[in-house]
Amino acid sequence: MKMKLILDIFISFLKIGAFSFGGGYAMIPFIEKEIAYKNSWISLKEFIDIIAVAEMTPGPIAVNSSTFVGYKIAKFWGALAGTFGVVIVSFILVSISAKYLSEFKDSKIIKNVFMGIRPAVLGLILSAAISVGKTAIVDLKSLIIAIIVLFSILKLKIHPILSIVISGILGLIVY
Amino acid sequence: MKELFKLFITFFKIGAFTFGGGYAMIPLIEEEVVEKNKWIDENEFLDIIALAQSIPGALAVNSSTYIGYRIYGFKGAVVACLGAVLPSFFIILMVAKFLINSFNNDFIDKIFNGIRPAVVSLILIAVFKLKKGIKKNTFSYLVMGFTVVLITIFKVHPILIIVVSGFLGYYLYRGVNTDEDEIDS
Repeated sequence: MKMKLILDIFISFLKIGAFSFGGGYAMIPFIEKEIAYKNSWISLKEFIDIIAVAEMTPGPIAVNSSTFVGYKIAKFWGALAGTFGVVIVSFILVSISAKYLSEFKDSKIIKNVFMGIRPAVLGLILSAAISVGKTAIVDLKSLIIAIIVLFSILKLKIHPILSIVISGILGLIVY
Repeated sequence: MKELFKLFITFFKIGAFTFGGGYAMIPLIEEEVVEKNKWIDENEFLDIIALAQSIPGALAVNSSTYIGYRIYGFKGAVVACLGAVLPSFFIILMVAKFLINSFNNDFIDKIFNGIRPAVVSLILIAVFKLKKGIKKNTFSYLVMGFTVVLITIFKVHPILIIVVSGFLGYYLYRGVNTDEDEIDS
């Protein structure tokens, strides 16, 4: 009966969600192992296509690929099971730690620890810009687009979302 | 209830335009959550990113859940997480259903060639805005610099860096009388 399949999908994605540290791209080998090899639910080629689509659609790649794979296996309910499975572990862990943290928030120790961590986080975000930059800014056209966006947000104060739309349009025009 | 709805819509907007991975969400969250709605401030946001990095799962899911929890407790967490995830869910369903399988066409490629550099600029701007959340001292700059080097060149895992910098912070600020209100721009 289909129920068992849905449950299996949910459990597979539960495992995937529980063990991928470091976000989307780190999840891909896990997903591949669970879905294409262990369960043979989809072929490797299909899997590669799915990842390509998951990278293009907005949202976390982990969620996108879970939804897509789930759909391919068992339509809407599969998509729901996959997405829910991949998200729920994070959600629970985050909620628990958020609750505990709020209780210890005023401890001087915690405050000091976070004061040490914050510059590291800033460094992490900067590193993300560099890593995206390596594949994003590959020619003069992309550099110009980056500069245009920089200028329009800093000087013209346009909303980031608008700048994303504009950059997409610019991409169509110049490429 | 109206507040929860506003939270949902905000994260729905953010989720719908986050292209290029979890970090691409940061400039959008910075704009909508920190600046526009003032639900959290810069240093809280940096803390949340640190925590979100340290827990398994997508950065986008973790950070929206955290922020939601911070603002409205458990209900806020549910609402923010749903908001961040639903746009992707619906878009993928549509793509999968209408079999727009091969995204190898020029049209999409060109759009993304435009969006990717924009994401870089957005993240850089977010770094610039978020530096309000750190104390401007030598320690901070050193930690930041080392982090960038360790991540980009040596591919050290972010969690390791977070733990070590936490220890350093504990030792460094131990004897200092620190007042959160001193963190001005």
